[in-house]
Amino acid sequence: MTADAPRQGLSEWLQSEQPASRRQARLGQAWRTWLAFTKNRLGMVGLGIVLLLVFVAIFADVIAPYDPVIGGDLRTLRLLPPSMDHLMGTDDLARDIFSRVIHGARLTLMVVALVAVIATPIGLLVGTTSGYFGGWLDIVLMRITDIFLAFPRLILALAFVAALGPGIENAIIAIAITSWPPYARLARAETLTIRNAEHIDAIRLQGASPARIIWGHVTPLCLSSVIIRVTLDMAGIILTAAGLGFLGLGAQPPQPEWGAMIAGGRRFLIDYWWVATMPGAAIFLVSLGFNLLGDGLRDVLDPKAAK
Amino acid sequence: MKTSEGHHRALPTVLGKAMRLAATVVFTIFGLLVVTFLIGRVVPVDPVLAVVGDRASQSTYDKVFVELGLDKPLYVQFSLYVEKAVTGDFGESFLTKKPIIDDIARAFPATLELATVGIIIGTLFGVPVGVWAAVRQGKLVDQVVRILGLVGYSAPIFWLGLLGLLVFYAKWGLVAGPGRIDISYEYAFTPKTGLFLLDTAMQGQWGAFRNVVSHIALPAALLGYYSMAYIARMTRSFMLNELAQEYVVTARVKGVAEWRIIWVHALRNAAVPLVTVIALSYAGLLEGSVLTETVFAWPGLGQYLTNSLQNADMNAVLGGTLLIGIIFVGLNLLSDFLYTLLDPRVRRRT
Repeated sequence: MTADAPRQGLSEWLQSEQPASRRQARLGQAWRTWLAFTKNRLGMVGLGIVLLLVFVAIFADVIAPYDPVIGGDLRTLRLLPPSMDHLMGTDDLARDIFSRVIHGARLTLMVVALVAVIATPIGLLVGTTSGYFGGWLDIVLMRITDIFLAFPRLILALAFVAALGPGIENAIIAIAITSWPPYARLARAETLTIRNAEHIDAIRLQGASPARIIWGHVTPLCLSSVIIRVTLDMAGIILTAAGLGFLGLGAQPPQPEWGAMIAGGRRFLIDYWWVATMPGAAIFLVSLGFNLLGDGLRDVLDPKAAK
Repeated sequence: MKTSEGHHRALPTVLGKAMRLAATVVFTIFGLLVVTFLIGRVVPVDPVLAVVGDRASQSTYDKVFVELGLDKPLYVQFSLYVEKAVTGDFGESFLTKKPIIDDIARAFPATLELATVGIIIGTLFGVPVGVWAAVRQGKLVDQVVRILGLVGYSAPIFWLGLLGLLVFYAKWGLVAGPGRIDISYEYAFTPKTGLFLLDTAMQGQWGAFRNVVSHIALPAALLGYYSMAYIARMTRSFMLNELAQEYVVTARVKGVAEWRIIWVHALRNAAVPLVTVIALSYAGLLEGSVLTETVFAWPGLGQYLTNSLQNADMNAVLGGTLLIGIIFVGLNLLSDFLYTLLDPRVRRRT
């Protein structure tokens, strides 16, 4: 039979009922998940939007027809309406809004990625530690989590930025600090169901340290549900970052951050509507994409929660 | 409120619950104080600079340095901070030169009025639409509710606010522009409650009342839309849950009219968790109000907070943050309490 193996298509190999190796089983599982996901039309639209964001962010220099920061001739190119030359018009400093929106994709992607990279490990660490050890440590850690949850997120982020000083780096830190508590809650709940499993007992009897058990054996099992949650939160992260930018506390001019661009266009709203409208449409599109993607992922990976 | 169950089992349950509740509240508010203290004193490199800004004179700087107790150890500073906060002393705003608590007391009614009208709109539309979507699951209405929800979750509230101003105020002239009231009406009545809708109505100033309505319509509709998106979605899922229960089948077999099954039998049971949802989205509107108030120049708590932020008025920022946190905790508690009050099963257990 082994001689026939190469002749099988990749798809059959992936969907084989008898995987020959761990790798084949894993890849097969991933493939089946992907097939289920592709049936979710809105989820695919979301994935498309997110991929478009990544693509635009990577190739911003190539796509953008003009410089995002240095404007054109202030005498003739200020506040021009959308046209073939300037797809989204120009702003008060004669900069091409389309180019700025394109470059803004980089900032948005950076914010989302960094917040996820900072907040997810914190949430996982707090949640798994709390759930694994239980007792007083659990009570203390969960109470701290509750306190962070007691503040509305944007307001806590505002206060942090006020203390740290405005700027995109500080906005990222502030959003990350306000984002981890739900992940900690989730990771703790997952850990509680895992910690008494037999395979964890087996590892413990082999003499593994708590740190090793938590990091090597509990965390990987919590990861998938936390990642779904993070994806679902990404739209919220984008909106919070844009809100901070709008209030002048996120990215500083002349950085082409979408929220700050809306704030800049606010003064000209009534006569030059496109200056504020275009970057807002970009925020809307991208967070819609993340929302659709998150919903789709949840439907596939966690059918219980979808109801 | 989930931890330390079992410890109080020996106590009479009502007393036990009340004590646990009180302990949670005290602990959470203490925690809020710790967080705001840390943000104000530990996070900034120079806390004094964070309070007075970099244009302050040396004498102001020294005065604040002593006021904050920065010459003392951290725990003494903290106890000083708590002591002051408990008596409602959050320091003085460097912008308005008034005690923070007075500033907040003046700004709060504006936010309260806006959020209340918003939640009323959100509930009045959200609940029926959610019920309707549950009854016609998978049909057009259901899809529309889903799309409305997605837009609500994806569109930045300040952007929709600006678009609203552009279309309804600038282009069509249907509503009044930014602000709470036109200057010409501002002295037509005496603000007693600070809720202009109530004040003008009670004093019979109907011209001013109409003006206030015209001003509040757009921002309240916007906040209402955001809470509606959430309330409708939750109503839908609660109703789907109820409509699948056996008592619904029983009622149908008995020949109860379908509208009665939906709007009386099922909705009544769905109403219990729904109250929690509405209380929570009311709290959420306070958060939404920060950006909305900035867009609509609404002189409430949110605008006070952002103004203070932009002027590096740290005392005011922390006072406002703390107050909003406390309101948040309060509304959470209230929703818990209402839940107990409305659900006979929970009530019997306590």
